[in-house]
Amino acid sequence: MKNVARYQREIPQRYRLEAGKCTSCGYIAFPPRLICPKCKSKNFETIKLSDEGKILTFTIIRVSAEQFSKQTPFAVGIIELNDGVKITTQIVDTELDKIEIGKKVKIVFRKIQEDGHAGILCYGYKAIML
Amino acid sequence: MIGIVGYGAYLPRYRIKSETIALQWGSDPESIKRGLLLNEKTVPGQDEDTITISVEAAKNALKRARINPQEIGAVYIGSESHPYAVKPSGATLVDALGIGPHVHVASYEFACKAGSEAMYVAYSHVKAGEMKYALGIGTDTSQGAPGDALEYSTAAGGTAYIMGKDKVIAEVLFTHSFTTDTPDFWRREGEFYPRHAGRFTGEPAYFKHIIGAGKALLEKSRLSPKDFKHAVFHMPNGKFPQEVGKKLGFTKEQLEVGWIVPWMGNTYSGSSPTGLAAILDEAKPGDLIFMVSFGSGAGSDGFIFKATDELPKVQNLAPKVRDLLNNNKIYLNYGEYAKFRKKIKLNE
Repeated sequence: MKNVARYQREIPQRYRLEAGKCTSCGYIAFPPRLICPKCKSKNFETIKLSDEGKILTFTIIRVSAEQFSKQTPFAVGIIELNDGVKITTQIVDTELDKIEIGKKVKIVFRKIQEDGHAGILCYGYKAIML
Repeated sequence: MIGIVGYGAYLPRYRIKSETIALQWGSDPESIKRGLLLNEKTVPGQDEDTITISVEAAKNALKRARINPQEIGAVYIGSESHPYAVKPSGATLVDALGIGPHVHVASYEFACKAGSEAMYVAYSHVKAGEMKYALGIGTDTSQGAPGDALEYSTAAGGTAYIMGKDKVIAEVLFTHSFTTDTPDFWRREGEFYPRHAGRFTGEPAYFKHIIGAGKALLEKSRLSPKDFKHAVFHMPNGKFPQEVGKKLGFTKEQLEVGWIVPWMGNTYSGSSPTGLAAILDEAKPGDLIFMVSFGSGAGSDGFIFKATDELPKVQNLAPKVRDLLNNNKIYLNYGEYAKFRKKIKLNE
């Protein structure tokens, strides 16, 4: 069974792309951190990351972990959001041969995985090409 | 003035053509298309459900409403395909959109009219002065049994409406609901596919209830069909809304803008709400809009809206229904469709 406590704890990041912005040097931590790795400040404000960006790189998964096996082949990419933060996520709703580095994407809310037939449904972010 | 302050639709990118389904079951594609007036329908991605579609539709509604999500006091999602039997879809939505936690949330179900039900209750809360804004959503990822006539129409999509008092884009002038115990279509607890009573879903169900609510609305408002610029009815197929519109006295031209079913299919709770969104995408200030939903079981909710001067300011702030219908389409074959809709039995 999935760790429901951990899933619930990560909701602000997975659902709303909430990050911590260092109020001293402006470093953006996603997921949020307690201490800024750049200036060692402990002062952060919560910000919401941009929901648009571009594909920095990607790969096609043909042999996946068990819970994603019915979705293969699928694309996973590193997306640079408009505020400079890089996230790793699936790129969906497209034919795989249309995915290219540099193409613009939008972050959407999707189901990430199901905990078997009777467990919880886990939601989060994925990217679609604009 | 109380009414809609923001609206937003969302439709999945995947499609299957009526022809593809007909050929799978040995039916004549042309007679199916001619009989039901359905060309293709939307299909949800494997990672899409009522919750994800509602979230995307509500995001678009917030873009048009330009309000702080924290000011929304109630969230209602109407659907017959809530992903959980026990756990509200709206609880996920409020966390995804930064609404609440001081918010009233409920899941509604009334076959294809659960969306208009959510809209009606959201509107009533604002009218009662209980809250500044309330969100009502109609969404479904509807299912039809393989080989059943329903398979040509059952589609996926949804539309969200934020009701409020400030900067209203479409004022609610009148409402009326009409309900009787009519077992035309149902799904028992634990059953995967719904059952229906064939032709009984027509005259005693769809037509009786829409005409019942529609006539009462016209009487209440002392308006006649010719006073309206647009009209939209629940769209289980292409023919029924045209027939019921004609019976109530509306012309084909009045129905045209909201008649999106030939390219969308029946999005159940999201059917007439998405037709209304297509109308709001194009309506002009002063236009009167007539809407009547239908949900099997059976009942209809009717609304009369009047577009305001605020509407043109928000029409381009989020994707329009016709753009969602026409752009980025990915066509599936029947095998892919069966996999996407979990029609194939797999080992756990």
